[in-house]
Amino acid sequence: MVEAIRRRLVIASTALLMLALPLVADRLAMPDLVALGTQVAIYAVAAVGLDLLIGYTGLSSFGHAGFFGLGGYVVGILAFHAADGSLFLGVVPGATAAWIAWPAAILISALAALAIGALSLRTSGVSFIMITLAFAQMLFYLFVSIKTYGGDDGLGFRRRNALPWINPRDDVAFYYVCLAVLALVLAACHRLVRSRFGIVLLGIKQNERRMAAIGLDGGRYKLAVFTLAGAIAGLAGALQANLLRFVSPDMLHWTMSGDFMVMVVLGGVGTLVGPVFGAAAMVLLQSWLTQWTEHWMIVMGPVLVAVILLTRRGIWGALAGRR
Amino acid sequence: MTLLAEQLLNGLQYGVTLFLLAAGLTLVFGIMGLINLAHGSLYMVGAFVAARTQAGSGSFLMAVGAGMAVAAFVGMLMEVTILRRLYFRDHLDQVLATFGLILFFNEAMAMLFGRQPMMAAIPDFLSGSVTFIPGVPYPIYRLAIIAVGAAVAAILYGLIVHTRIGMLVRAGATHRDMVRALGVRIGVLYTLVFGLGALLAGLAGAMVGPLLSVQVGMGDRILISTFVVIVIGGLGSIRGALAGAMLVGMVDTLARAYLPALLKLVMAASDADGFGAGLSSMASMMLMAVVLIIRPRGLFPGHG
Repeated sequence: MVEAIRRRLVIASTALLMLALPLVADRLAMPDLVALGTQVAIYAVAAVGLDLLIGYTGLSSFGHAGFFGLGGYVVGILAFHAADGSLFLGVVPGATAAWIAWPAAILISALAALAIGALSLRTSGVSFIMITLAFAQMLFYLFVSIKTYGGDDGLGFRRRNALPWINPRDDVAFYYVCLAVLALVLAACHRLVRSRFGIVLLGIKQNERRMAAIGLDGGRYKLAVFTLAGAIAGLAGALQANLLRFVSPDMLHWTMSGDFMVMVVLGGVGTLVGPVFGAAAMVLLQSWLTQWTEHWMIVMGPVLVAVILLTRRGIWGALAGRR
Repeated sequence: MTLLAEQLLNGLQYGVTLFLLAAGLTLVFGIMGLINLAHGSLYMVGAFVAARTQAGSGSFLMAVGAGMAVAAFVGMLMEVTILRRLYFRDHLDQVLATFGLILFFNEAMAMLFGRQPMMAAIPDFLSGSVTFIPGVPYPIYRLAIIAVGAAVAAILYGLIVHTRIGMLVRAGATHRDMVRALGVRIGVLYTLVFGLGALLAGLAGAMVGPLLSVQVGMGDRILISTFVVIVIGGLGSIRGALAGAMLVGMVDTLARAYLPALLKLVMAASDADGFGAGLSSMASMMLMAVVLIIRPRGLFPGHG
């Protein structure tokens, strides 16, 4: 009972803080805070999706950045073709409206996750970790090699996707858009893990053979949740492309996949809200360390090792007092 | 034809390099159940130490020795201080902790040796080329790498199949608790196995110095190829590592040699170069996908 109240208090105060962030940034005359907050919200969207895999299904995917980057590139490529009026593969025209570009990003990432998942899920455990890594790396090399879309250098575009009633140049408005997306994704995932589907996933995590014995084909559920997580990552990637108005192979780099896993574990595996705290911790720690030294990774690496070795429950566990 | 013969030898040489890394990685996984992303970092450490030693002393053999020794030392230090605590944790924790180690090693190398790529020189006694296939002169240095790799494979085989240590290693892989119950100090065994893997990674790093540029991040790229190798071969199997390394070495090298030219038949030359390079980077991963469709546990499924 006390725990439940404490959990709600933590969530409510965090939500309040995030809602008030632009005002705080304004007061403190630190406009960078809004960009940082947007980055946190975007990474959190992808990390919450990854938590469905890691925390609820027991699938340690090391290729999440592949779908994140793919979603970003869909937005970037559509904007690229819209700018010069050319056609993608000679058929598909470009687009700058969010209601076209974002669903397209979600759809393409989901399809990629469906294909990659169908192959990767034939394996499990360590092989699964390595294979998802390898497939994401394939996407990375693919985008590095396509010179039309900038190759190594990435692809920039001039303005954010158009949303009704929202000025695309307004950074604060875009922050609230990302926050709203995060809230929607969290709510949807929260309902999902409490549905029959979610219970089956937990069952698969504990013992897939037992699920098969009661007549449930674990493979189909795993593929479904892998596709869903890919779709959510694609949405996050679309937001990321809009934040920077730039996409590059860095978005698909394997270290990005590692970062997403760290966010989930750091925040609290299998908690959904935990990864939001994990994303915030990663973004803030990185931005703080980069101000301090260019060799920030020499600190970040050991911090990661220490966190993994010494903590078990993640930030959310510490905040909310979960067992 | 002559080009093909040369490319096949190049593939063999790359395969041998991959085998040196894959053998250690797969041994550590088979025996300790540890998935170590920082294995590529040991390769990088070996390469940097060797390149710097060679630049300082002028002796190639001393450089290779130093690279191996430092890599083995760093590896064992890492095992004793950090990795040992991860053996009984799940693979996710292992991946993340060793991911942290990669960040650390990459930055440490950048601080110690700078971000500029270093080139090591081919030693005099291995420079030049020989013509043992008519019309195909081939660099002696690459042949030497192939020979060293073959020798290492033979030594590993002898060590694991015919010595007492090897017996313990095999027993440790299948019946860890039983070996411990029989009074073997398995902790020491683990450190030694880890040291051996690190030594081989250091050897690989030291030997590729004169062929590739030695730079920060060189370990990450080859690590992913090494993963592909051991997934194809079957986790925990040295034989599988050898077979997988040869397959990946060949496929990757041949794709790099011929794909861009093939693509030029169907698309503009400027696009074909870039796209061909990307596609050839993906070739070994496609091979892995095909292998997994046919045999989900790899070519030689280990027992781990």
